[in-house]
Amino acid sequence: MTVKRVKGRWHNVFLVIRYLLMTLLGVVFFFPILFMVVSSFKPDLQILQDTSSLRAFLPVGELSFQNYVEAFERAPTERFILNSLLVTSITVILGLVVNSMAAFALSILRWRGQGVVLSIIIATFIVPFETIAIPLLLLVSRLPWIGADGIVFGWLNSYHVQIIPFIANAFSIFLFVQFFKSLPFELVEAARIDGAGWFQIYRRIIIPVSGPVFATVAILTFLPMWNQYLWPIMVVQQEEYRPVMVGLQYFFQLNVAWGEIMAYLSTITVPVLVLFLALQRAFIESIASSGIKG
Amino acid sequence: MKTRLYTLVFLLIALVLLAACGGSQPEPAAPAAQEKPAAEAPTTAPEPTEAPAQSAEPSKADPIKLSLWYHGAGNETERAILLQIIEDFNSSQDQWVVEMQDFPQASYNESIVAAALAGNLPDIIDMDGPVMPNWAWSGYLAPLELSEGALDGFLPGAIGKWDGKVYSVGLWDAAVAIYARRSVLEKYNIRIPTLDKPWTKDEFDAALETLQNSGEFEYALDLGMAWTGEWYPYAFSPFLQSFGGDMIDRSTFLTAEGALNGPEAIEFGKWWQSLFERGLVPGTSQDGADRETGFLEGKYALQWNGNWAALPPLEKYGDDMLFLPAPDFGHGPKIGAASWQFGVSATSQHKDGANAFIEFAIQDKYLAAFSDGIGLIPSTRSAAAMTKNYAPGGPLEVFFDLSKEQALIRPPTPGYPTMALIFEKALADIANGADVEATLDAAVDEIDADIEANGGYGFQD
Repeated sequence: MTVKRVKGRWHNVFLVIRYLLMTLLGVVFFFPILFMVVSSFKPDLQILQDTSSLRAFLPVGELSFQNYVEAFERAPTERFILNSLLVTSITVILGLVVNSMAAFALSILRWRGQGVVLSIIIATFIVPFETIAIPLLLLVSRLPWIGADGIVFGWLNSYHVQIIPFIANAFSIFLFVQFFKSLPFELVEAARIDGAGWFQIYRRIIIPVSGPVFATVAILTFLPMWNQYLWPIMVVQQEEYRPVMVGLQYFFQLNVAWGEIMAYLSTITVPVLVLFLALQRAFIESIASSGIKG
Repeated sequence: MKTRLYTLVFLLIALVLLAACGGSQPEPAAPAAQEKPAAEAPTTAPEPTEAPAQSAEPSKADPIKLSLWYHGAGNETERAILLQIIEDFNSSQDQWVVEMQDFPQASYNESIVAAALAGNLPDIIDMDGPVMPNWAWSGYLAPLELSEGALDGFLPGAIGKWDGKVYSVGLWDAAVAIYARRSVLEKYNIRIPTLDKPWTKDEFDAALETLQNSGEFEYALDLGMAWTGEWYPYAFSPFLQSFGGDMIDRSTFLTAEGALNGPEAIEFGKWWQSLFERGLVPGTSQDGADRETGFLEGKYALQWNGNWAALPPLEKYGDDMLFLPAPDFGHGPKIGAASWQFGVSATSQHKDGANAFIEFAIQDKYLAAFSDGIGLIPSTRSAAAMTKNYAPGGPLEVFFDLSKEQALIRPPTPGYPTMALIFEKALADIANGADVEATLDAAVDEIDADIEANGGYGFQD
């Protein structure tokens, strides 16, 4: 009885410590966002003055929406958001389809050299994007494209130059392969016996039970695409195709417009946070509801 | 499930089509951006409007389009002035039409280099002065072909020369000075230096010690350590040069040996380190906010800052505000020079038009407009006389003289961008207590290795 009580007491102590640590971590992650949002309502001088005290995190002083008004005046913010939404969402959707199909071929189908191909794909993890950026630039600046004006050479200054190079993704394929390999192969065999084709199996058997990995890959593709910076500044010279992260640079002038920067960041971050909170719920639900039935 | 799948497929097709259309049909709302730069012509379908470019004398109905890239996206004032110049130029003749595409400054250089690699440079490029030799050496730029005397009276820092040729010209320059308050200097019996008689090293050091020991300020001097990047070589290499050292041996541009690690440079390095050791200046961990407001709030007695930041303290302190010349550390007082400048791309098929535009843009009235708009120093004395700040008796007049008398351009070599990064790191390391001689030797080795790896950057015999 005494041992149980002592164990229970220690358990409570650890629980308190754990919650304290989690709260501390939560504060560390939450405060920068709080600072950003709060500062977006303050004038530049007040933001700088408040940084030395806790006032930096409090909505005190001279508050207004002026920074938001000026952020939208200084840069075509709505255009940048639209561009990023378009580029990101198309890349995510096409990425889910292409990479899951590739993973299906690499994990469910059986063919010669499958392992070698998968190894080569995984090996590309070690090549950072910066290494291939220039060869890729030279390639896309000469590739043909069929548009309203017929065939044109060069993909620069377009949406597709920001999308197509990022659809196929080795890490996404790897995640899909790992997940598909964990599925009972009996499901596939049963479908084959019932006369299902490979595409039918992919569509009707594999996709419905793969909610978690689809949600995970969607999140992992969305974030880097939303934060794209290096590639757009290399391939997009026209303002109407610029994404949000390039747009952020509009506010770094000789005298930096801190309030407008915070307003711009809040504008482009808050919708993403909201979206991710929604997706997180779907992610958890998909895990709970996609149990394999024998 | 089936319906959902078909909907998904339909959506995908629609989105891909949308992307395809977006790529080939720029919005009519942005006509300036639709024009493909001339350099792209060999790899893209020719633009109908560019066809007359082949003829020697285009008709009035078909002016040739000249593309201009500019670094000032997000700066409405600057953009408005440049657009006005473009509009004036376009309506002043019927041979050329300039169309501007602006870029954010922070990513501008990367965009230019990428465009050069992709064969997509515009006709007219603007560039930061010290970067010009690198771009000229890399084959991005063609020498300017302006009328004789077009650059007469220009500040030396506003003319971009490399390899004996002029590649760029700036509509303004920038200068750095010591911000101070007359009342503070008088209170502590510190002599107010002049352009003719700047502070000597000993005087400067004594002034800093006096101000620091007064207890009235957190630091005697704010150097702006929070402003990393180009600020370090721009603002601090003149100290080194005034000591008698340099970032590179300017007689050959082939080595930094002796210039950056010679006795004068080591003396500079030790003095530089002592500023931090004696607690006279904030260190590399300086808060950016303090840099912005420290002098205004009275935390710093003096501040090393540029003319672009001069108006707020002038408004706050009025007649008490002073802009003092750089100290003379033994080889004359020095400050940095060369700001943003215009040049013509080497791949432009209409260099005559591009030169015509640049010559049009450097009229005094436009130099004055830029100065009034964004506070920078106009490139000529006559333009300065037309401005509110730099005219004789104007509150910032001193900056024009500082720029004229003390300015030394950063080393005009294609190796400068790499050298600048190495110099910045060395200065930060020394400020943080690194051994001066070892750090400068290491910086020399790095600079020399870069020069060698690039075949001497065109300076090799």
